[in-house]
Amino acid sequence: MSEGQPFRLAVGGAIDRSRPLRFTWSGRTYTGYAGDTLASALIANGVKVVGRSFKYHRPRGLIAAGVEESNALVQLGEGARSTPNIRATEVELYEGLVARPVNCWPSAEFDVGGVINLASRFLIAGFYYKTFMWPSWHLFEGLIRRMAGLGKVAPEADPDRYEDRFAHFDVVVIGAGPAGLTAALAAAAVGRRVALVEQDCLLGGSLLQDSAIIDGLDGDAWIAAARETLAAAGVTILTRTVATGYFDCNALALLEGLDPGRHGAGRPRYRLWQVRAGRVILATGAIERPLVFSGNDRPGVMLAGAVRHYVRRFAALPGRRFLVFANNDDAWRTAEALADAGAQVVAVVDTRRDLPPDCVSRMAAREIPVFAGAAVIETNGYKRLRSARVRHATGQVTDIACDGIAMSGGFSPTIHLFGQAGGKLRYDKDLAAFVPATCPQAAVCVGSAAGRFDLADLLENARAAGEGRPATKPARVAFGIQPAWQIGGSGKAFVDFQNDVTAQDIALSARESFRSVEHLKRYTTLGMAPDQGKTSNVNALAIMADETGRTVAETGTTRFRFPYTPMPLASFAGRARGELFRPLRRMPGHARHQALGAVFEDIGGYLRPIGYPQAGESRHDTEQREAAAVRAGAGLFEGSPLGKLEVVGRDAGAFLDRIYANRVSNLALGKIRYGLMLNELGIIIDDGVVTRLAEDCFLVSTTSGGADRIAAWLEEWLQCEWVDLDVVVAPVTTAWGVLTLTGPHARAILEAVGTSIDISRASFPHMSFRKGEIAGMSARIHRVSFTGELSYEVAVASSRVPLLWDSLIAAGRNRGIVPVGLDAWMVLRTEKGYLHVGGDTDGTTTPLNVGWDHVLKKASDFVGRRSLTLPHNRQEDRLQLVGLAADDGKILPIGAHMLDAAGRSQGYVTSSHFSPTLGHGVALGMLNGGARRIGETVTLRTLKGLERVRVAPLCAYDPAGDRLNG
Amino acid sequence: MLLIKCPWCGPRDEHEFRCGGQSHIARPGPPEAVSDEEWSRYMFERINPRGVHYERWVHAFGCRRWFNIARSTADHTIFAVYRMTDAAPQLDGSGESGQ
Repeated sequence: MSEGQPFRLAVGGAIDRSRPLRFTWSGRTYTGYAGDTLASALIANGVKVVGRSFKYHRPRGLIAAGVEESNALVQLGEGARSTPNIRATEVELYEGLVARPVNCWPSAEFDVGGVINLASRFLIAGFYYKTFMWPSWHLFEGLIRRMAGLGKVAPEADPDRYEDRFAHFDVVVIGAGPAGLTAALAAAAVGRRVALVEQDCLLGGSLLQDSAIIDGLDGDAWIAAARETLAAAGVTILTRTVATGYFDCNALALLEGLDPGRHGAGRPRYRLWQVRAGRVILATGAIERPLVFSGNDRPGVMLAGAVRHYVRRFAALPGRRFLVFANNDDAWRTAEALADAGAQVVAVVDTRRDLPPDCVSRMAAREIPVFAGAAVIETNGYKRLRSARVRHATGQVTDIACDGIAMSGGFSPTIHLFGQAGGKLRYDKDLAAFVPATCPQAAVCVGSAAGRFDLADLLENARAAGEGRPATKPARVAFGIQPAWQIGGSGKAFVDFQNDVTAQDIALSARESFRSVEHLKRYTTLGMAPDQGKTSNVNALAIMADETGRTVAETGTTRFRFPYTPMPLASFAGRARGELFRPLRRMPGHARHQALGAVFEDIGGYLRPIGYPQAGESRHDTEQREAAAVRAGAGLFEGSPLGKLEVVGRDAGAFLDRIYANRVSNLALGKIRYGLMLNELGIIIDDGVVTRLAEDCFLVSTTSGGADRIAAWLEEWLQCEWVDLDVVVAPVTTAWGVLTLTGPHARAILEAVGTSIDISRASFPHMSFRKGEIAGMSARIHRVSFTGELSYEVAVASSRVPLLWDSLIAAGRNRGIVPVGLDAWMVLRTEKGYLHVGGDTDGTTTPLNVGWDHVLKKASDFVGRRSLTLPHNRQEDRLQLVGLAADDGKILPIGAHMLDAAGRSQGYVTSSHFSPTLGHGVALGMLNGGARRIGETVTLRTLKGLERVRVAPLCAYDPAGDRLNG
Repeated sequence: MLLIKCPWCGPRDEHEFRCGGQSHIARPGPPEAVSDEEWSRYMFERINPRGVHYERWVHAFGCRRWFNIARSTADHTIFAVYRMTDAAPQLDGSGESGQ
């Protein structure tokens, strides 16, 4: 034995004894070798208890060697990289590894939570539906939340790097055991573009624990030769890669874990591959099933194949005195492997009465006692297995001292991905397993995943699959299994180790009249733990079948869902984190705003200034100063994100008449009109102005959030419904940058900056459009106003916005020009009572709620018209937009409701600011029947209590529009 | 993750498209001739078949053109892709209609 590793064999195994690795487990330091997993290193060091079970806090040891491990969930790493609930069997050992068990304190060996085991008879399946309710669930909530769950999530941001890859292959082979390697070789040989995906770090699959002669070579040599051939053929080989999802049209999700010992700054920890395959070959193997007997969860009780795996691949001995307990021939190979490794096999206990003679003679040759028609009905030992109680065929009961039980209840083909692909299963009585039947997608199973266990047969079939030929006829060879779904016994017989579900729980759910396996699963939580029932599902439904008087085939399986194994959340995010989480657009004038110290916010996907604070200003101060400055002198605002769509064609006007609630086709050349767009329910979806540029050309402007949405909306109508209209829609939002110059000095500033356009009041009235030159640049100018002041929206080519900005600022310097952000912009429009779609409106607001009743007089049909005539939209007391003013001039809280005499809501505040110009708060809101209630006083409920507010006209500032039309 | 054959661009990932729901729904009109019930059905009533569903799709992150797909709601098999202005192809039902 190796020094310090009392259970390590001196020779053998795919480990490198020249490279010892130190690691820390539960605070103690141990040594393992390169090639170990954390699990095999713990076994070699004689660590028996690796964790505590989820519900009962029972001591648990390793049960398996692969992804199906249920007990050894560990907290891996420390600090920000600490990852919870990783299976120790999947952790490749590296120097300096730190891990600890989850769900126990202070350690797995001595766990304070173990006292729960004393109350275990009350903690049956579904106990939480019947308890912790009186007097109030919340009394128990804190304690239960603290005790629930397994590992801990690191509170710091994950510093590791996660990547995405996308790829296409003709053939994807999942699993690199003998069947998978053969299929990949065959596919490559006929010239396909192939990917071979293997979850382990080594190729070989079952050959790593049970060698065989293939093509005259022993396992290792054959694997090496296969690898060389595949590499030479250009096959993409991905190891440490789990295929976790199979979606429509052969889309696969593969999670590639990079060598954990070497990941660090800049090197990715995981890669998520999204792969599209021409066809998929699933060589995913089969997972062994435990036997369900009392005390089958004690540390030392393991799956027989896993015991072999540790002995042969890792040269680690899980115990020195083993008992083999099985209902099939395969487990007997474990007895031989253990004997060869120098362990004592105290007995082979087989539930079958008639045993294959060659198995019996092989055991006789090694002087290993065999008990046919017998069963282990009980085990002894709390933190380590000490003995097994065996009931013999005669009925006699003996206790046999042992420190390990290698159990096998049969094998379940790993058909999870096949199931995700939509594949249907068939119950094979000879194998006592569900095997793949048909699949609507191009997926085939090979090897033990297909229920083929004879080597020659599965290799021939894998070759056929690789070449794209139909499946070969299966050999009728099994391993003599006789199902023994439940062994009798008085104590807890575990079915799902990870969620602590016992055979008694399954019987309970049958007694409580649950019939469907889907209900069984959710009532008992069987199969719902991170291992998703890999070792428990089939045992459970077979027991359920028994309890409800049905066959296993009739009972069926639960549905298989993505992902096959747990995946880190960060792998879904990939590179889209932090600054890359969402694409953010910058306006053409961004550098100018930045240079002026603008505070930016993400509004509708654009970084936009909410204000340009000066020294010592709060956000409110900046807002008030800028708003006042606009009404006093002039403000400069970038409006580039607002949507601009050119609608061109002979039928452009007629088309827009159908889209807008108001009429557009009669708009004169060079004139502008404000409009509302509705959906077919009559709800306002966007607003904006439309400009007639030419006889057959209109420029539609949308809200900045509507730029893409409305362009798509117009296309949908033209392509799907009104396909004969002669119209083209050209989105030009990003081609033009727009600066709005607004305020009483706006005209003077434009004159100072120089323009070819006659901007006198008479020649260029409000709501009209001109083309010409401004500051030496070709421009479109729309005289529209969102602020209620004299306003020019100047549009130039996007790239010229900074130059235009500089020119206007320079020309306006002595005329009180001020850059204006969105905060102040919103104050100005609220003072005027202008609509803010999405602020004052919601998913129920129609034109009839905002004072646009006249649209019903429009002669022609438009989108949403018919809905406006439905009774619920015509009610006299419907919500209507009004102005609101507090008696004391204070700012009203947005969202506060106005109450009627009965205390019911009759409306709410939608917009609210303090007006620097008026010196009091201005607000807008929706009020039942508001249009006829101007002047009334209503009660408003705020967080502070009840207040009185006056219903006012929408426009609080310059209602006559003198400044607007100046 | 469907693989959809856009009639103009060829086979592309489902991500590039947006589904527009049931197809072949004609907009009733003129408004004065449409009853409340008929208008409600146009706005809200949709079939929910197990089997072939004729639906609209748009290649939103590609050519931005609308077209129709006949797709199985049971296993997502795409039976046909055809133009917005074409009539629905005659397919033998794989599954009953939901009406």
